[in-house]
Amino acid sequence: MTRWRIARLIARKDLRIEWRSRVLINQVLPFAGVTMVMFAFALDATSVLERVAPGLIWLATLFSLLILVQRSFGVEADDGALDALRVAGIDPIGIFWGKALALAVQLAVLEIVLLVAAILLYGAVVPLGGVVLLVTTLVTATGGLACVGTLYGGLTAGFSGRETLLPLLVLPVVAPVLIGATRAVEAALGTGGVALSEGWPWIGLLAVFAVAFGVGGALAFGPLIDESN
Amino acid sequence: MTTTSDTLTDAPAPARRRGTGTPATRALGIATIVAMGWLVAFGLGFSPADRDQEEAVRILYVHVPTVWLAYLAFVVAALCSGLYLFTKKHSLGFDRVAGASAEIGVVFMALTLVSGMLWGRITWGVFWQWDARLTTTAFLFVTYVGYLAVRNLGGSHRQRARRSAVIGLLAVVEIPLVHFSVEMWRSLHQEASVANPTGGTKMDGLMLFSLFVGVVAFTLLYVWLLLHRTRGMAMQDLIEDRGLDSALADRRSEGAMS
Repeated sequence: MTRWRIARLIARKDLRIEWRSRVLINQVLPFAGVTMVMFAFALDATSVLERVAPGLIWLATLFSLLILVQRSFGVEADDGALDALRVAGIDPIGIFWGKALALAVQLAVLEIVLLVAAILLYGAVVPLGGVVLLVTTLVTATGGLACVGTLYGGLTAGFSGRETLLPLLVLPVVAPVLIGATRAVEAALGTGGVALSEGWPWIGLLAVFAVAFGVGGALAFGPLIDESN
Repeated sequence: MTTTSDTLTDAPAPARRRGTGTPATRALGIATIVAMGWLVAFGLGFSPADRDQEEAVRILYVHVPTVWLAYLAFVVAALCSGLYLFTKKHSLGFDRVAGASAEIGVVFMALTLVSGMLWGRITWGVFWQWDARLTTTAFLFVTYVGYLAVRNLGGSHRQRARRSAVIGLLAVVEIPLVHFSVEMWRSLHQEASVANPTGGTKMDGLMLFSLFVGVVAFTLLYVWLLLHRTRGMAMQDLIEDRGLDSALADRRSEGAMS
């Protein structure tokens, strides 16, 4: 089996579990929605909300990412499925790519819902010219987040206390994504008079981040989940 | 490769000698105390007050050496993580040096942050500025706190060593990215509004010498702490292994009696 085929099979398995258990739709998306409403309570002024909407979208995404990662590796660790995959001699790089791919798909759904929520609740406006930048930002940022989430999810899978350790490890690492994606979305939406052209340098940062953790994570994943000796 | 009997060639026999000191580290410890005394004398006594920063400049004799040593400690931790992973023997000694060095680095980094905040309150009027260097330093601190948390996850010594070595190396990927993004974030928003503490101003000779004394004193302290902590960790590992062995022996003798 080629690496790519393994990745596709694992991603399909994860997404099928997700589809049947409905955790994303019934729990994670409502959580993200509540977070957006809570932000509105904390920052009680429409003008402020419109100004900070891009940042709030990504903050809500990061919080939901933590839940999604717990879930993604919870299903593996519960029945020792990750060990079973390793025992079956399946390439860890393929497992990494598969888990990351499934996570990326779920994150993309989440981000679109959050964007719609920002438009509805915070009065954010998406100008036509910014759509290309917006989509590019979503794709690159999602790639980076999915890789980091999979990497650290694999590390903490199967340990007691992983719920508390994961945020401590993941949040500092994804800070560049929060900064870059927020600035890029600000440029795409024209928030606070930011020019569209100012968004593209941030795409470069997001792309470098995604590639660095895509490659680094794939290499590190094998040693991390390998629990022999 | 067995988990329960890690080779500890330099581990002292606990019956003969308690503690982690040797004549060499004792001499080093005395040198550290002497150097610290010098630093107090030069930092608080001989060196003059600054024209602009006045007495607050004395904080820098602790602030600057600790941050340098913290960076050195993190570099040592990363190097030893790499050595653990990529040498054939996978010696646990490298893992312990990496862990000890990261622990000391976190302590020094905390000292840096606290002393920097005090200095900032006096000189800038605020404890914190969202400038690139400060923000990156804070991230570095949190990252290594996370690294130490990973070391405590549990499992066998080899598992701990491999996991933390991988995390230690990933920090090398992460830190430049964080630094770069924070730098970009600040430069697009505002020019650095804070005057560089040392740049542009010529330093008084005696001040420079006091700083030099500070670097020497803290370097000695770092080496001394590193040696002791590494040996302490080796002993801890030994205790855990022995504990397992003796528990096994107890169960076996119980089985033999019944």
